[in-house]
Amino acid sequence: MRDKSLMLIAVLVVLVAAAVGFAVGRKSTPEPHVAAASTTTTPAAASTAEPVAAGDQIDAIRRGAPVNQEIAPPLMARVENADVKRNRAYPMQPPTIPHAIDNYQIDKNSNRCLLCHARANADKFQAPPVSVTHYMDRNDQFLATISPRRYFCNQCHVVQTDAKPLVANTFKDIDTILSEEQDKKAN
Amino acid sequence: MWPRLKRWLLALWRTVRRPSIHYSLGFLTLGGFIAGVLFWGAFNTGLEMTNTEAFCTGCHEMRDNVFQELKTTIHYTNRSGVRATCPDCHVPHKWTDKIARKMQASKEVWGKLFGTVDTREKFLDHRLELAEHEWARLKANDSLECRNCHNYASMDLTRQSTRAAEIHKRWLGTGEKTCIDCHKGIAHHLPDMTGIPQG
Repeated sequence: MRDKSLMLIAVLVVLVAAAVGFAVGRKSTPEPHVAAASTTTTPAAASTAEPVAAGDQIDAIRRGAPVNQEIAPPLMARVENADVKRNRAYPMQPPTIPHAIDNYQIDKNSNRCLLCHARANADKFQAPPVSVTHYMDRNDQFLATISPRRYFCNQCHVVQTDAKPLVANTFKDIDTILSEEQDKKAN
Repeated sequence: MWPRLKRWLLALWRTVRRPSIHYSLGFLTLGGFIAGVLFWGAFNTGLEMTNTEAFCTGCHEMRDNVFQELKTTIHYTNRSGVRATCPDCHVPHKWTDKIARKMQASKEVWGKLFGTVDTREKFLDHRLELAEHEWARLKANDSLECRNCHNYASMDLTRQSTRAAEIHKRWLGTGEKTCIDCHKGIAHHLPDMTGIPQG
């Protein structure tokens, strides 16, 4: 049978090819790579430089680093989300928002804040309703719905993050000043 | 017309009733089985192909409007890298419901062919109607697509903000409200909401 001899030759050729390949492969086994990691430089020495304490200098954003150096950015601050009301620093201060407001939609179609803080919904969500002044137009006339000039909550009310203050703040509220006056008079 | 159709149907009926002459019983049963498996596999694969983000965003109506809005939300990108794709929320996961939804979706093919929302303006005009369909669907099935992942029984209320925990306990825990009642517009922008109860 002719096919049989052909098959035999084919098998032989394959075997020889495999043997040659194996031998070549064994001879040229590459040397294991020497670790090249030791040559990498330590990343920007500036990042380890201790930034000057916040509030001690004017250029708070660069934290005292020379302009030709890049310092590692501070960690991103997190929005405080504890739902605990904060004091107002002065009587007319817009209260700060004690919760996260990620992706709240405030546009002509919808106002996510008013979902809970509108007069009509405040009881359902136990949220502080917006003050009556927000329903007044500029002639002090009360409107049924929120006044358009007060519609965009974020113009005045903002969330607070746990970021360290960049600039020192020596603000004293009026109660502190009054009590200091009292003390001065008493002395 | 009618007699001819009747004659043709009768002929078909007779052919179907008659035992096979050329093919063996084994060939017919096994062949039928294999053909059935192949058909079913192809059908389901085809169906699943229409159930992917890539398919949904293949049309500019979806890609340029709702998909762009989804990208900014937590359901698209988040700390743990779990993404809810279009069908996770818009197509029921159970088979019968899925087929029912897919049959409804043939209307969307109609809309695509006739360009119902093929410009941004047309889309904005239809947004309320489109949104209302989805709200009605989720309200009717008790926010099933939300609950496929978000289960009230598995919610750790202590890990939520106190405000969220209170509200979930009061309204969701008692079953008085369902997810979509409050969480409208979490994945896409809202249409004009005047007069529509939220929460």
